[in-house]
Amino acid sequence: MSEYDVINSRAPKVDAPAKATGRAVFVDDMSMPGMLYGAILQSPVAHAKIVNIDTSAAEKLPGVKAVITSKEAGLVQYGVSPARYDETIFCHDKVRYVGDEIAAVAATDLETALEAVSLIKVEYEDLPIVLTIDEAMAEGAPVLHDKYPGNLCAEVHQEFGDVEAAFKECDIIKETTFKNKRQDAAFIETQGCLANYDLLGNLTLYTSTQVPHYVQRILAMVLKLPVGKVRVVKPYVGAGFGIKAGTNPMEIISCLLSMKTGKPVKMNYSREQVFMFGRARHQFTHTMKTGVKKDGTIMALEHQCYLDGGAYSSFGIATVYYAGSLLGGPYKMPNMKYDGYRIYTNKPACGAQRGHGGVAARACWEQQLDMIAEELEMDPLEMRLKNMMVAGDTTCNDLNMSSLGMKECIEAVREGSDWNNKKNSLPKGKGIGMACGFFVSGAGYPIYRSETYHSTAYIKLTEDGGTALLYTACAEIGQGCETTFSMIAAEALGIPLDSVRVESGDTDFGVDLGAYSSRQTLMTGHAVKEAAEDVKQQVLAVLSEELKIPAEDMDIKKGVVIFKKDKPDFSEMRVRYIKEHRGWTDNPEEGDELSFKEASRIAYLAKGSIVGTGKYRPQQLGGKFKGAAVGTSPAYGCSAQIVEVTVDEGTGKVTIDKMTDAHDCGRAINRTSVEGQMHGSLSMGVGEAMYEEVKIDDKGKVINSDLAEYKIPTALDMPNMETIIVESDEPNGPFGAKEVGEGAIMPTIPAILNAVYDAIGVRIWELPLTPERVYTAIQEYKDKNK
Amino acid sequence: MKKLINLTINDKEYEVAVEPNQTLTDVIRYDIGLTGTKKGCETGDCGSCTVIMDGKPVNSCLVLAMQAAGRNITTIEGLETEDGLDPVQEAFVEKGAVQCGFCTSGMILSAKTLLDRNPNPNEAEIRSAISGNLCRCTGYQKIVEAVESVNK
Ligand code: FES
Ligand code: FES
Repeated sequence: MSEYDVINSRAPKVDAPAKATGRAVFVDDMSMPGMLYGAILQSPVAHAKIVNIDTSAAEKLPGVKAVITSKEAGLVQYGVSPARYDETIFCHDKVRYVGDEIAAVAATDLETALEAVSLIKVEYEDLPIVLTIDEAMAEGAPVLHDKYPGNLCAEVHQEFGDVEAAFKECDIIKETTFKNKRQDAAFIETQGCLANYDLLGNLTLYTSTQVPHYVQRILAMVLKLPVGKVRVVKPYVGAGFGIKAGTNPMEIISCLLSMKTGKPVKMNYSREQVFMFGRARHQFTHTMKTGVKKDGTIMALEHQCYLDGGAYSSFGIATVYYAGSLLGGPYKMPNMKYDGYRIYTNKPACGAQRGHGGVAARACWEQQLDMIAEELEMDPLEMRLKNMMVAGDTTCNDLNMSSLGMKECIEAVREGSDWNNKKNSLPKGKGIGMACGFFVSGAGYPIYRSETYHSTAYIKLTEDGGTALLYTACAEIGQGCETTFSMIAAEALGIPLDSVRVESGDTDFGVDLGAYSSRQTLMTGHAVKEAAEDVKQQVLAVLSEELKIPAEDMDIKKGVVIFKKDKPDFSEMRVRYIKEHRGWTDNPEEGDELSFKEASRIAYLAKGSIVGTGKYRPQQLGGKFKGAAVGTSPAYGCSAQIVEVTVDEGTGKVTIDKMTDAHDCGRAINRTSVEGQMHGSLSMGVGEAMYEEVKIDDKGKVINSDLAEYKIPTALDMPNMETIIVESDEPNGPFGAKEVGEGAIMPTIPAILNAVYDAIGVRIWELPLTPERVYTAIQEYKDKNK
Repeated sequence: MKKLINLTINDKEYEVAVEPNQTLTDVIRYDIGLTGTKKGCETGDCGSCTVIMDGKPVNSCLVLAMQAAGRNITTIEGLETEDGLDPVQEAFVEKGAVQCGFCTSGMILSAKTLLDRNPNPNEAEIRSAISGNLCRCTGYQKIVEAVESVNK
């Protein structure tokens, strides 16, 4: 039995009935009277000077209402991080990748808009292109952005402890290089938006986003509108996984077109444009050197990483920091040196994707740890346990593990997978592997430097009593945060879940930084809890006055008022309530407990509308060194995973047989949602490990820009996943809750790689594990060891 | 040139004027206004536009509206009855099979056709029946569990 009435349960999601019946409204399901359709002209070449743009033919096409280029849009620079605003709405001097925006059209229907786009004539003067890190860093290479010579978008140099000295004390030092591939998040709903600039000069953008707040700020900045006149509303969103956590050019363009025409303008990316726009996982090349003592104690890590960034920064500066900082834990490691470089290339920009910056790093390192364990003849699981941090530990780069159920997770998967009986005893061709990982429960700092609250929320009780209306600007994108916050509000206020109604995703409701870096549950959860407690106190204060009992002697639980001491006579209050509801059939009977409904009506009569507010901002976090902010968080969720595979040595085909994952999410608010996040993380990890790679030809064009050629796991590819929830009591979390959305992907790829090694005795240092790659690796190994 | 056709959707007759190249998805969504049918790729790869046509699940983005004239079409909106949600919808809600919900309509309709012909499918049969419906959120596990639970 849980000590809670609402949270820690398996309550069905509040939005599930609407989604299961097709009633939930996504952005492309919306329309408005007089609505126009927008389309964008994107560059067909990867790098070229723009000599001339001729829009005259497009303008003349019947049905066209506006054609815009950088002339109309201006050249205000924007991006994700103010430290690297390197984009403008439209290119004016040159294009930097196939897909760069040049012009846009609004017309009465989509066909006309597309035809008009095809009528815009652009004269280009080709420039040489750079498609790889080597090309981009070569002497005399063409430069994408004059401001960033050498195509160096960002670099990081950090050292904690003394790595060189530590290596001298080590008995084993291993060095390896690992490479993943450029990803696409492959959310099923492509980006779309609907902009409406009204007659009073207010701009409303409905958009498929994870971050209404950041989109609102960028729109105000780029369009030079007062931020109070810009409203961003997020309808239901068909997932984002990080890619929808920045502002996309289409969002700004639709607004501009609406301002220009005075009409609502709808726009969508096609699936091909989703790939063209990119902004998903980078390709990382990691080289790591790890030093360990004979007894298995990890001493030091020297780490170098190159990120192929594409044409713009997007989230890239954060990514290059995360790629280093997220190796600070969960193992005790006193010395760590990191050099990271993010390089511009003439390809779609990369950005943030589930497990931001840490996934490939973990895939490299956890495999290396296994190699070391093997050499030391230690069980890799035991070696991990031996080095594991515990709650209260701080990493060498100042990340504080205020709770950490990592050991419990390892023990849980050991048992859940029957590791002890399987490790070292599976037949050839079958393998078992494990890995660990952790992730932030929300970035410790906003993307722009600010003292802003990370989340605000308010709850208004309906004047008639009984229902709590919760307003938060959080972003429900499928992870279930509307449900989570309804549950937190209900628990904190002491009422049943169905007495809470939630509205979210609207910048008019307050500030919420949105759904990225796994921040919603912890951060918005705090704000919602505080708002609920505020409301409760206001109701109890009125009761206290009416009944002449101290508020502390009362509480609200399960929708009724609890009197901790003697029950007072509240009949006069009840009579008043019933008098106001003559003829209603649900009035309380004599002998009934005093209901929350009655209490909140009485509170309204005394004070007017009862509104409670809440807010959250993390405490000062992390160290003082450059880049210390990236990786800090009020709390860290963590995962241990064990994967079992079969490898067909004749064909190189890898089959994943079983996955066992244990995750410490602090207190689980909704157990079903926690498992859902674990499942989703694992399947995305399987996709990246096994199939996914965005391929780009020698002209810079994505060649597999559809879901037939870019393969994500289907129901037939996914094995049964056993998910084990490990709960801890996170001191910095609301009701002790923390992250689950991204930590669970961290161990997936290395656990698969370690299992493949266990099956065939060959280590593979490049993704994805296509049959061809695995087969070749087996052959090379055989040739070498003949 | 638009042409008038009759479509039978969820047991209701619609007379719509369609272009020869208009897909069934677009007509259902934008002309008839049943937006529960989703559109994730328009190339037959994702399954989010699945509808049931004469008892079989089809990707409506690969069907021209004109080809659907005279056929019997069920969309996600056609599953609810006066008694409430269809048991498959109910199971998806109860088992946590819905995350972002964008694949859900198509998933439910694929599952529904399977269950109509095989009331007690095993896991492999379920996985194969929904293998044309991509879901990026759930890893399919809770979807499979939901379908398994329907006639239990
Ligand atoms: S929209 Fe029809 S299969 Fe994707
Ligand atoms: S629930 Fe999001 S794609 Fe399936």
